[in-house]
Amino acid sequence: MDGPLTLGPGAAAPRPAGGRNLHRFANPGRFLRATGRLMPVLWGAALAVLALGVAWALVFSPPDWQQGETVRIMYVHVPMAWLAMGGYTGLAILSVMSLIWRHPLADLTARELSPVGAAATALCLATGSLWGKPMWGTWWVWDARLTSVLVLFFLWLGHAALVRAFDDPERGARAGAILALVGFVNVPIVKFSVDWWNTLHQPASVTRMGAPAMHVDMLYPLLVCTLGYTLLFAAVVLARTRAAVMERRVRALQLARARREDATPA
Amino acid sequence: MTLHWWHVLISYALTAVVFGALAGGAALRHRAAKRMLAKLDPRGDRS
Repeated sequence: MDGPLTLGPGAAAPRPAGGRNLHRFANPGRFLRATGRLMPVLWGAALAVLALGVAWALVFSPPDWQQGETVRIMYVHVPMAWLAMGGYTGLAILSVMSLIWRHPLADLTARELSPVGAAATALCLATGSLWGKPMWGTWWVWDARLTSVLVLFFLWLGHAALVRAFDDPERGARAGAILALVGFVNVPIVKFSVDWWNTLHQPASVTRMGAPAMHVDMLYPLLVCTLGYTLLFAAVVLARTRAAVMERRVRALQLARARREDATPA
Repeated sequence: MTLHWWHVLISYALTAVVFGALAGGAALRHRAAKRMLAKLDPRGDRS
């Protein structure tokens, strides 16, 4: 299993020097060996950090003086919001790698990333609703922040559907990469929507310029939870990419076997 | 348990279920592909 992970004729074309190092991991055997060593560490770190973060968030962090216990939803909602936007930025970077260097692993990773990104964005919306109902008195308002995150969710879903809509995976990957790059314009809109428009959603309190407007008793568990969910997100995407690499190899072997059987005289 | 705590609990449970399903799905796909590779290419090196 040492051949390059080719997706079509484009993958064999000469590549710019900048992509040479990246193409070391286009070899599926090398990729599987390297990530096979990394996976147990990644899963272990994700679960350990999450166990600490969730215990801190649910038990040891204080309730908010205004919001009471519902503030604990923040420790899930905010990491999911950051993962939705950060993950989409990752998708845009993978799309650039795919379009410029035709990196086959970038295509596969983008394909496996979009359902996970869609899930994180859906969780951000759902936990936001669960937080909004007791605080705002409504599950949903069409304000700029909520609507732009909903658009981000549809962009994730659109990418996941588009890359799977073509018989030729390379064409699907290219169409998906273009959609991801066009849709990237929505990420700054999500980020700055609370500054540009008058929204029911509160403005940024952690990532604002200057000091975070949050007490360290809440800020530290939030950062630990964010690290834990980010590691979990990365572990899931990497596990899906490893499975996809092996599935592609299975399909190649099945195709080769079918061709051999066709060529064999009866 | 207050209504506020129910909202907190549902948020955490939803997150656990979704990420559990994603991780479980990836593990099942990996296991199925590994089994197929072992059948199609018994000499192949895979981890």
